[in-house]
Amino acid sequence: MQLDEVPQEGLHYKDRDKLRKLMYATDGQGHYTGVPSAGWEAENIATQSAWDEVNDSLEEAALAVKNGELSPIAYFMHKCLMDETILARYVGKWRRTVRRHMKPSHFKKLSQATLEKYAAVFGISTEELTSFGNATTGK
Amino acid sequence: MNNPTPTQTQALPAFRHYQHAHCESGVTTNLLRFYGIDISEPMAFGIGAGLFFGHIPFLKVNGTPGTTFRTWPGAIFKRVTCSLHIEIKAQRFPNPDAAMQALDAVLAQGIPVGMQTSVYYLPYLPEAFRFHFNAHNLVVYGKEGDEYLVSDPVLETTSRIHSSDLAKARFAKGAPEPKGFMYYVAGVPEQTDFSKAIPAGIRQTCFMMLSPPLPWFGCNAFRLLAKKIRQYPQKLSPRKTALYLGNIVRMQEEIGTGGAGFRYLFAAFLQEAAERQNHAALEPFSKELTEIGDAWRNFAYSAARIVKARSTDLVSCQDLSEQLLRIGEREKDLFKRLKKAVR
Repeated sequence: MQLDEVPQEGLHYKDRDKLRKLMYATDGQGHYTGVPSAGWEAENIATQSAWDEVNDSLEEAALAVKNGELSPIAYFMHKCLMDETILARYVGKWRRTVRRHMKPSHFKKLSQATLEKYAAVFGISTEELTSFGNATTGK
Repeated sequence: MNNPTPTQTQALPAFRHYQHAHCESGVTTNLLRFYGIDISEPMAFGIGAGLFFGHIPFLKVNGTPGTTFRTWPGAIFKRVTCSLHIEIKAQRFPNPDAAMQALDAVLAQGIPVGMQTSVYYLPYLPEAFRFHFNAHNLVVYGKEGDEYLVSDPVLETTSRIHSSDLAKARFAKGAPEPKGFMYYVAGVPEQTDFSKAIPAGIRQTCFMMLSPPLPWFGCNAFRLLAKKIRQYPQKLSPRKTALYLGNIVRMQEEIGTGGAGFRYLFAAFLQEAAERQNHAALEPFSKELTEIGDAWRNFAYSAARIVKARSTDLVSCQDLSEQLLRIGEREKDLFKRLKKAVR
């Protein structure tokens, strides 16, 4: 890549355009130098697509919780950009157990201590966790 | 190769922050420069044998198969200091309290400390980058009150981070788990000799690219990933295909690779080695790797097209797969000849 080919295509999304990364490119004599780059279209598409996926999964999870198919744990897991493996590591449980806690029927039976563990990982209170998607709170 | 305007820092006048393309080779460079060793980022990356390729379909990171263009975290710093005979200390910790105390103790001696962190818990980074990615590296070079002074090599300037955030970032969960991993220079020899370190780094890189007899690593992984990409339209939903391909592009371009999945960085290293260290035979290899890097950029561009369309097009995936195969052939050929050139 030549110096003048280093793309400067900023992405105005979640502060991405606040950072200019260093790229390596060659000058007229074929000599390498570091150049700041605002971003590149291909990279921006990939970044944006990763966030689209996050937002889509979050919406789906919210709907599933509302329909009583999943427990709020599933929603907050997506909100914190986690997957089951990572969440299981954070709460110190097996992935199988975490998956079970995502079923509303199991979620209802969880002890206060377990709920607190999940809430702490998500950075919310246990009330926020248990009341999410609950019809009585009107959410 | 250096950046023109280093940021002079307040707490430790001797520590200077330079922006680099990649976090670990950047941290290594900044730490060594602190001790007066004249080293550039490409040099650190090359001696540290940072270049690699791997695709491990069953190792899912956030639901996508793991793809890497670099060696495993920690390896660059270790190899560079080892081949330059620099004494280091590296530690992991059982819990955040012990890790933060140990950090404070080392900082109190005026020693800048490198460490592995998650990017999710680094509030000073743009949110767009903040996923659960646990193989980031940064330098902490001072402490003021509850805040640590951070030199993050991918940023243009230094930053600050609250101790609670740093503790979280150092103890993030999920592979590769940092477990508070920190490292610093403990002793520097009077003279550093690059003449042996350079060929050693190249040999190691060639070895890792050519020799692992497993399908997931080195040049074999090109064939594996090409096969997988060819199969994506049949096996996956369009959404999954976009996600998987997008992840490859992000690993190649987004996470601070200097462009083309570290290929330009390594080409810059070969060039510097050719000029500074009298390995004239390396110059054509640098040029060739630059061209391969350009092919990688085209590959990323084609992949991004498919991601953007979000439609599984059999023909375009086939095309992408063939592009990757051709790149793989070229890299294999290059590293075979490079291996002979430094023997």
